[in-house]
Amino acid sequence: MISKLVSGTAEALADVPDGATIMIGGFGTAGQPMALIDALLEQGAKDLVIVNNNAGNGTTGLAALLGAGRVRKIVCSFPRQADSQIFDGLYRGGKIELELVPQGNLAERIRAAGAGIGAFYTPTGYGTPLAEGKETREINGRRYVLEYPLHADYALIKAELGDRWGNLTYRKTARNFGPIMASAARVAVAQVRRVVELGELDPETVVTPGIFVQRVVQIDAPRAQEQQ
Amino acid sequence: MSNRLTRDQIAARVAQDIPEGAYVNLGIGLPTLVANHLPAGREVILHTENGMLGMGPAPAKGEEDYDLINAGKQPVTELPGCAFFHHADSFAMMRGGHLDICVLGAFQVSRHGDLANWHTGAPDAIPAVGGAMDLAIGAKDVFVMMELTTREGRSKLVETCTYPLTGVRCVSRVYTDLAVFDLRNGEITVTDLYGDATPDSLRALTGLPLAFA
Repeated sequence: MISKLVSGTAEALADVPDGATIMIGGFGTAGQPMALIDALLEQGAKDLVIVNNNAGNGTTGLAALLGAGRVRKIVCSFPRQADSQIFDGLYRGGKIELELVPQGNLAERIRAAGAGIGAFYTPTGYGTPLAEGKETREINGRRYVLEYPLHADYALIKAELGDRWGNLTYRKTARNFGPIMASAARVAVAQVRRVVELGELDPETVVTPGIFVQRVVQIDAPRAQEQQ
Repeated sequence: MSNRLTRDQIAARVAQDIPEGAYVNLGIGLPTLVANHLPAGREVILHTENGMLGMGPAPAKGEEDYDLINAGKQPVTELPGCAFFHHADSFAMMRGGHLDICVLGAFQVSRHGDLANWHTGAPDAIPAVGGAMDLAIGAKDVFVMMELTTREGRSKLVETCTYPLTGVRCVSRVYTDLAVFDLRNGEITVTDLYGDATPDSLRALTGLPLAFA
């Protein structure tokens, strides 16, 4: 019998090695897998490369992981925020590497990795500092920049419902990076609010088919809260 | 400067140019004001790049759902007919040319429609781009909404942007507190003049060749 269910977050992340590339879902607190991020902090792996839209807020979650000196590099679109003081300090001190990627290119690079695409030409960023040094090409009169896929060893995502085959549904705008990150990682770990019986999810409404998901852990936490 | 349009008046002017049936993305900051000025009964579908079409206004106090937010991470509501989707689909809607109009703020716009709105170029600034570059090239029409002058009184509509670019030749119209500018192949046509702005004062301020409709 297939079961991707694991009993807790510690078990879900037990094998994360030093130096791993880890995608973390979420946009704001929506879709942010807080329990998994806390477990990663607890687990102790270091020298990590993190892929996330932002670079941590306040002093908890991803910010705490950065603050503990566990992240070598972050790939994101919007690191600087009103409460990104931990990242700001590390960056100014030269203690973390930043790869800044326009948000849509970030999403498409993740999608491309999951879809087995070798590279793609995108109009986003053409003629800007973020395209410097990259290959460009004119296709049918429009100019494009060559971008490469972003793969990960692990993806930590948050979903609403999941079953033992790893099928997932999401809730409202908490979907954001979840489906594409799941597909781009060797091991996708989904924190779900509730595990349901196989067959309970309407197949027409499954958003992430279980083939993209390796581990499911139920965390009945309160819904996303305002960012503090 | 009471003879300039207020931010709300600029937003109302932009709203006039958003037709029934349009799919529209309103950028973070000033452009979000445009939503308040869309006339009741005109069906316009708002896109938010974190993954929703058919976005409604802010919820009543106490009704916030932080799984339901906009690109500025503020709580919003669902309108009947709304839809959710993941980030790659959301940016495909932009890059793929499916959005009709995107309204953005700007530090500078060049006469050719180059846009600078993500970075001041200050060496100690921590860069952050978000969806700005995707939005800049991702709609059939990109409208910029801004005050025409900097705090020092310099024009933000310029011959060549001095700030780092967000997108190349992507802006089609610039709505400001002194005038509305239509940009086409390096030619600038002023379609609206406000307050005591005159053709001569605008030419002097911008230093650009301007035609007047």
